[in-house]
This record gives sequence, C-alpha cells and structure tokens, in this order.
Amino acid sequence: MRPLSYLRPTDVREAVETIASIPNAKFLGGGTNLVDLIRRDVEHPDTVVDVTALPLDEVTELPGGGLRIGALIRNSHLAAHPLVRTRYPMLTQAILMGASGQLRNMATVGGNLLQRTRCHYFYDTTAACNMREPGTGCAALTGFTRNHAILGTSAHCIATHPSDMSVALTALDATIEVESTRGRRRIPIADFHVPPGSTPQIETTLSHDELITAVELPSLPVAKNSRYRKVRDRASYAFALVSVAAALRVEDNHIAEVRLALGGVATHPWRATQAEEALKDRPVAEESFIAAADAELAAAVSQPDNAFKVELARRTIVATLRALMA
Amino acid sequence: MRVNGTTRPVELEPRVSLLDALREHMGLTGTKKGCDQGACGACTVLVDGERILSCLGLAVQYEDREITTIEGVDHPLQAAFVRHDGFQCGYCTSGQLCSAVGMLAEHRAGMPSAVTEEVSARPTLTTEEIRERMSGNLCRCGAYNGMVAAIEETAR
Repeated sequence: MRPLSYLRPTDVREAVETIASIPNAKFLGGGTNLVDLIRRDVEHPDTVVDVTALPLDEVTELPGGGLRIGALIRNSHLAAHPLVRTRYPMLTQAILMGASGQLRNMATVGGNLLQRTRCHYFYDTTAACNMREPGTGCAALTGFTRNHAILGTSAHCIATHPSDMSVALTALDATIEVESTRGRRRIPIADFHVPPGSTPQIETTLSHDELITAVELPSLPVAKNSRYRKVRDRASYAFALVSVAAALRVEDNHIAEVRLALGGVATHPWRATQAEEALKDRPVAEESFIAAADAELAAAVSQPDNAFKVELARRTIVATLRALMA
Repeated sequence: MRVNGTTRPVELEPRVSLLDALREHMGLTGTKKGCDQGACGACTVLVDGERILSCLGLAVQYEDREITTIEGVDHPLQAAFVRHDGFQCGYCTSGQLCSAVGMLAEHRAGMPSAVTEEVSARPTLTTEEIRERMSGNLCRCGAYNGMVAAIEETAR
C-alpha cells in the first residue's frame, strides 16, 4: 500500500474544514471498502480523514414517528435497533443480508451509502473501466457479465451498485443529510445515487467536501409490513444477483399502498416506480404482481451472461409481494 | 495499543493494517492472514468485545481500543472445538473461535440475523441461525459440522 497520512477529527466542523483544505483526501469510516480499494490501488488518496470519532452514532425518534440515524452508527447496531426492527423490518433484513457479522460491526451507515461497485473490471487496474479511469472504455461490455446490471445502464458502464441497505432506504424514501463548510443540505435518496450515463465516475450528487451526517426515515406505517428478499449464488455472505425491498398495505382485497425497490440488477439502488404505479388499486392477485414486474422490467437491457436476471427479478418481485400477503 | 489486557508501545505508519500490526509488529501470529480483502474471516479479532476483520482496519484506527486476539481468548468453545473435531488444518480456527465468541455475545444481546423469521422478536440460536451467523468465516477443509456442534454445545 502507498504511504498515507491519517487524521482523526473529533467534531464535524473540524472534519469538514479538514476535507475542504486537502484536495486528495477521503473520509474513512469502518474501512471495509476503502481500505481494500486503497490496498489494490483502485483508490489512491494521500490522506484519509477518519470520521469514526465524530459524535454521529445515535438513533433518535423524530416528532411524528420517523427516525434520525447518525451516519456513523455501525450497520449491525442499526439492524438490531428495536425501532428499526418493529417499524422498518425490511431495513433490518437488508442490512443483515449484506456482508458478514464482522463486516457489519465495522461498516457505517454513511459508508454503506458510498460503497463502490464490485464489478471485477473496476477492481482490476489492468482492465478498461470508465468508472475508475474515465475515457478508457468498459471491459465488462465484452466481458463476463453475470453480476452486471440490466437497468440504468449506459454504453459506458453496466456496473451494479452493491449495497443492500441502500435498496431498503430507497424504498423507504430516506433523506440524506450532508454538511460542508458551505452549510448543511438534505438530499432525498432518489437524488443521491446517479446513473452512469456518459460520466460513470460520478456515482452520487455528493461533493468532495461534503460529509454525510445523518439519514432520516419518514414516518411510514406501511413499512411495518415490509420485507427484503435477496437471491445470490450462495446462501449467505455474497452480493445480490437480485434483491427486492417491498412494503404493502391491502384494503378490501385491493392494493392500497406499495413500496418497491430493486438491488443487484441496476447501476444504482432502483426504485421500481413503474411497478408501483401498475400495482396501485389493483386486486390482490398473482396476475397483478406479474403485470407489475413486467412493467418495471420492460426497460431491461441485458448482456449474454446476465439475461437470466430479467426472469429472476420478475419471479423475486412476485415472491416478495406474495410473502407480504401471508 | 491495548492487546489482550497489555499495553504495547508500537510506532506504525498509518497504512499498516491492524492485522499486520498484530502479526508483524507485535509477534502475535495467532491471528491469520487469509485473503487480506475481507472475504474469508481468518483475521477475525475482538475489539471492545465485538468481532471485526483486522485486515480491513488501519491499526491507527484502533489505538485506545481493547483488542483481543486468539492469544487472549480463554473460552469453553476452545475445548468444544477439540471435542467435536471443529477443524482440520487449523488455519481458519483462530478466526472461527474469535468470531464465535463475538457471535454468542451478539445473540445474548438479542441481535437478529438474516434467517430470523420475525426480526422484531428475540431469536433462538438454532443450527440454521448458527450457520448464518458464522457465514463470514470460511473453512476450506469443510470442518463446519464439527464447529456448529461445538458452538451448539457451548451455547446450551
């Protein structure tokens, strides 16, 4: 690993002033992604600003029933929080289906949102990759694409976003609070991750000098009846081939309210708005679920090795909705 | 750094991982380097009682924290692993043991897992739960059955 400078501020003001003054510095949380990327020379900051000593690790109730989640709470602690387990079970499940017990004890909520893709061409510094090295091309487009995206792709990048937690947060309409020396702003999660387009190196709307300080969940009674389902190559400790976060409320045998987001199939956490639209006020029946999945997946563009994901996503959407009926 | 109840003065560059600090700078070679990329669990240690992967942490992040490596573990799980043949080559064993100690504490604290059907309830430590909770530790000899039996016996 190349030499690194290390700083550990103890308050948010000091942290954002530090990052603003060092152009090639990066914030460091639990290290589960960044330390690995630095070691492999995919990322090469000269300075890491460790934010884990900042007092941002509380979960507090908001007036009206929402939750404010400090950006530095560890993934395992958030998953185990009683209010998350009872009010937003899909979030607990999504977190617990990601990584391993050890990694979840290290990883922070802010860091999870900023995870970088697990595309093997992104990791392979000898391969062409527009995300890592803009303008070099995309080796995945002519390579092995089993793990790649079918939604949100472009001619420049087909890498999947790896986070499970972010898929649940997308279904739950979370808001991300960020702070810099220029002040504080709030970003709806739908505007946080961006599709690759012609600039795959830009993955979020966050600026270099901005620190994620909190994630807020709205009061959302429908989320009490919610689930996260993940399909992968082995039963545990693997990234998703397809995952579905869903919440459902039924009235008079019709769908009164539904939330649906997909992981493992898209370049960013994917809110399934087409499917949600197709489900609204429909009778609760297998045919409604299938029609909704088809509506969402009509835009899918697959590669030779990941064409199976279209059918797998369709079946996983239907199975997750069916489970919420039980 | 505070390791196994002892304060050890070390001078390290920031780029040194916690794993390399333990093995190369403190001579505590019980913690193993498997993949060095967070995929195998061989380097698991306990920090303030919680299991983590020492390969993905910078040592400097853990100054003033209480680190426990296999050299500092004294737990009934160790004898249970021997009784149940919970290893073959032994390379993953120190990570398995540290992980199991942390896992049992997580379960005692009421933490659910990915296979807990009702996440708002207090989970029972079934065989399926143990396998899921230990999935971050790979064993290429495939000694999983013995390990699960040892953990089940100890948890009882």
